[in-house]
Amino acid sequence: MDQSALLAVLLTIVTASTPLLLAALGELVTERAGVLNLGVEGMMVMGAVAGFAVALTTGSPYLGILAAAAAGALLSVPFGFLTLNLVANQVATGLALTLLGLGLSGLIGERFVGQPGVRLSKLHIPGLSDIPFVGPLLFGQDILVYLSIVLAVLVSWVVFRTRLGLILRAVGDNHASAHALGYSVVRVRWMAVLFGGALAGLGGGYLSLAYTPQWIENMTAGRGWIALALVVFSSWLPSRLVIGAYLFGAVTILGFFVQGLGVGVPAQLLSSLPYIVTIAALVVISTRRGRARADTPACLGQPFVPDR
Amino acid sequence: MRIELEKRPERSATMAWASPLIAVLATVVTGGLIFAAIGKPPLTALWIFFLEPFSSLWSLEELVVKATPLILIGVGLSVAYRANVWNIGAEGQFTFGALMGAIVPIFFNSWQSPLTLVAMLALGVLGGMIWAAIPALLKIKAGANEILVSLMLVYVAQLLLDWLVRGPWRDPKGYNFPKSVGFEDWQTMPVFGGGRLNLGIVLALVAAAALAILMRRTMKGFEVRVLGEAPRAGRFAGFSSDRMTLFVFLLSGGLAGLAGIVEVASTVGQLQPNISPGYGFTAIIVAFLGRLDPIGVVVAALMLAVSYLGGEAAQVALGISDKAARVFQGVLLFWVLACDTLIYYRLRIVRTAPVAEEGAR
Amino acid sequence: MKKWSALTRRDAMASAFAGSVAVALSASLAGPAAAADKLKAAWVYVGPVGDFGYSYQHDQGRLAVEKALGDKVQTTFVENVPEGPDAERAIERLARDGNKLIFTTSFGFMDPTLKVAKKFPDVKFEHATGYKRADNVATYSARFYEGRYVIGQIAGKMTKSGTVGYIVSFPIPEVVSGINAFMLGAQSVNPNVKVKIIWVNSWYDPGKEADAAKVLIGQGADILTQHTDSTAALQVAQEKGILGFGQSSDMDKFAPKAQITAIVDDWSHYYIGRVKAALDGSWKAIDTWDGMKEDAVVLPPIKNVPDDVKAMAEKTAAAIKAGTLKPFGGKITKQDGSTVENLDDGAILSMNWYVKGIDDKLPQ
Repeated sequence: MDQSALLAVLLTIVTASTPLLLAALGELVTERAGVLNLGVEGMMVMGAVAGFAVALTTGSPYLGILAAAAAGALLSVPFGFLTLNLVANQVATGLALTLLGLGLSGLIGERFVGQPGVRLSKLHIPGLSDIPFVGPLLFGQDILVYLSIVLAVLVSWVVFRTRLGLILRAVGDNHASAHALGYSVVRVRWMAVLFGGALAGLGGGYLSLAYTPQWIENMTAGRGWIALALVVFSSWLPSRLVIGAYLFGAVTILGFFVQGLGVGVPAQLLSSLPYIVTIAALVVISTRRGRARADTPACLGQPFVPDR
Repeated sequence: MRIELEKRPERSATMAWASPLIAVLATVVTGGLIFAAIGKPPLTALWIFFLEPFSSLWSLEELVVKATPLILIGVGLSVAYRANVWNIGAEGQFTFGALMGAIVPIFFNSWQSPLTLVAMLALGVLGGMIWAAIPALLKIKAGANEILVSLMLVYVAQLLLDWLVRGPWRDPKGYNFPKSVGFEDWQTMPVFGGGRLNLGIVLALVAAAALAILMRRTMKGFEVRVLGEAPRAGRFAGFSSDRMTLFVFLLSGGLAGLAGIVEVASTVGQLQPNISPGYGFTAIIVAFLGRLDPIGVVVAALMLAVSYLGGEAAQVALGISDKAARVFQGVLLFWVLACDTLIYYRLRIVRTAPVAEEGAR
Repeated sequence: MKKWSALTRRDAMASAFAGSVAVALSASLAGPAAAADKLKAAWVYVGPVGDFGYSYQHDQGRLAVEKALGDKVQTTFVENVPEGPDAERAIERLARDGNKLIFTTSFGFMDPTLKVAKKFPDVKFEHATGYKRADNVATYSARFYEGRYVIGQIAGKMTKSGTVGYIVSFPIPEVVSGINAFMLGAQSVNPNVKVKIIWVNSWYDPGKEADAAKVLIGQGADILTQHTDSTAALQVAQEKGILGFGQSSDMDKFAPKAQITAIVDDWSHYYIGRVKAALDGSWKAIDTWDGMKEDAVVLPPIKNVPDDVKAMAEKTAAAIKAGTLKPFGGKITKQDGSTVENLDDGAILSMNWYVKGIDDKLPQ
């Protein structure tokens, strides 16, 4: 692999992994609070259409980013209301949310089909971005790529090093005790759900603003589901989530790379590698850890109603 | 203003009947608003959406045909979820079951006897079980989370099917298009009447009845419930959660595999790259909508089928787009799920929301 | 017959529906013609009309019918119909709804179309890209490979690195014949040209198409083409400052500096002709395979290339239209070294081999 090919592969891995990382980070926080929201795909696709629409009408991709996050958070509101205030089943509500998001985004996006979007430009730091190889890779990405990494660090720090994180984990691991200690389980979960929605929206916005600046229906193409799986893969650890998202992106892109070399391996086999590799990696991690589900938030998916 | 829930002393029998009605009423109101907003006659639209599927023998038959795979998969999943085992890869088990069952017509094409169909169905079940055994065993032996493994295996099964029908299993007389040979006579499900209604629904209802009995009347059903609700108590009682994981995976996977072969041997009639419009995922909604009860699943599957068929009918009759139909479907599900709460809880609307008070309680 | 009674009962219901719907429609649209005089024609799409690709172009064809024939026709469509258990029901629903001419626009609708056609002998069906016909089932497709020969020639002339990137969806004969025609066109002007192929296993997943495009560019491709539906690859080409081609629709807006031309599916002439034939009674269950000559495959004006390349491509296109140049007409060397000559339509329709020089293997 010569240098330019290697650089192309690495840069492509970054763009392929970023939307997964953003959406999965949000879901990680939601699940840490004990809420399983299977509507990631629906919230992502809403973010994609909202980001596209706002960027196109205002001409500003940055307003598009904000709109994407807002749209994702907004779609998570009915989910939060149903599962937190009305203790409806989380799994079914999340799946219904996906249906709703795919339909709603299609309706909103009808008049944006066939229109070129506004591209979120890559940063250019004079000097640094021009360094061969390292420059474009480290100093020439768009703002959402950096944001995804910063957020991963931030989430990790908040969850494990701050009081807020302690409360979040307490609510997710033992909501009865958290309640007894005087924390509002429902309010903490609401914040986590909204955060998860906003980040899923950002992940979708990345698709329609930076990855491929256009809008077509269902353009998330199942990435929300991969994000959900990656949260499980990470055993709810942000650092491992970064590894998981980049591993998944890397194997996908390497599959394309190998195809481009013309080795004659069936394309379906190469396309299935990211899934198989993720399973294999999970098995290795789980075996080494010894205990099953060591980090699964104990109250994941369970509704909470305070006794009175 | 704030809504508070108050747990009822016991589940309300009145609400068990009333809540679906309230949900439908609420959906009618919101749905009417949605249709009016997109400029369609709301009453006609609602009428078509809810009643068209019951308007003729043909649409009733199609309703049952659509519900069949949802029932078969949904009842299996309901037992798995009761045991607190998270099989969300039924779509993959469906696909692998279809693929295994299709071995008979593809490789023994001239074999025609009632046993042909029996062999296909048996292989379908076996296929679903094999695909479901992978996440079960990886969970038991390595502690790998079954949500991830079962979901990822969906994509692997679909790509495997894709490769087979475009390559080795392609119909030699099919001009190199991606499909297997067509299934004929005893390689297909016997039909009732001239439409697509077939033996599949009988299998589905038998499965639902059998699992209803299993859950209500047998020791195994008790074991499922105990391990699902109180795993520690279950272990003290001598139940093995590993064996339970394997059992419910094989059960739900086998039924999903059966649904797969039933579908390709009836409505599809051959193996091809797309054999399911997401039945394995829709069945997850069905399982929960049916309150994880096999009989409830049958009702929920019919309800979901109505929402799909009604949406299609509205597209044809009124030009309501597929997207609007999906929004309506989402709203319907939201209302049904929200109203379910009324069975176990009383709603109380508290006028002021003293923010600090909640923490102190 | 049991089925028959069900049918008639349903028809009564259907007309009751149609009645109420017609009242609602005429109130808002104030259409002068009575619904009874109109030919009801319907389309079944595999994707959403918002895909800006395959289904979108078919729907443009439907809209052209409405525009051309006005109140003589009433059109309906069902979108997002997966090629599986739901296809037969969607088609039958349209037949029961009183549509007399139904276009099913994807290969996977072939067997369902034939099944429904058997039940409704007085309804005319048209299935796109398939090979099974009946007394009331016609088939149609377009010779996309003709356009691909022309763009292959342009690519062969324009590439400096000698490597062209080709992003593809699924190995079906239409896609394979497209790759071969492209390669033959490229080889006709540049015998040493190389074509790198990436299958993304999807008709539209813009993200994956963009990924594949970037990887191909990294591997030295300086011209891109694709047989997938989204504009993603072309947008990448524009971003990286190289050239490419549009697919299905004219994608010039998305990449004005990168798009040389596009292979546009234009179904409007065919659909208008067929609806007219159904109206005047001359409709027959024939097979139609229109190409550039009939304007079923259209190349928008060539740009972003030097004048001599443009002139060459226009000459080639004219020769194809005139019938003097057939992309698969000459002697062709296959990947395995054997040769074939003067391929007939059957051989093109079922193509599952590569011409010499393509660096890929097809599933066998």
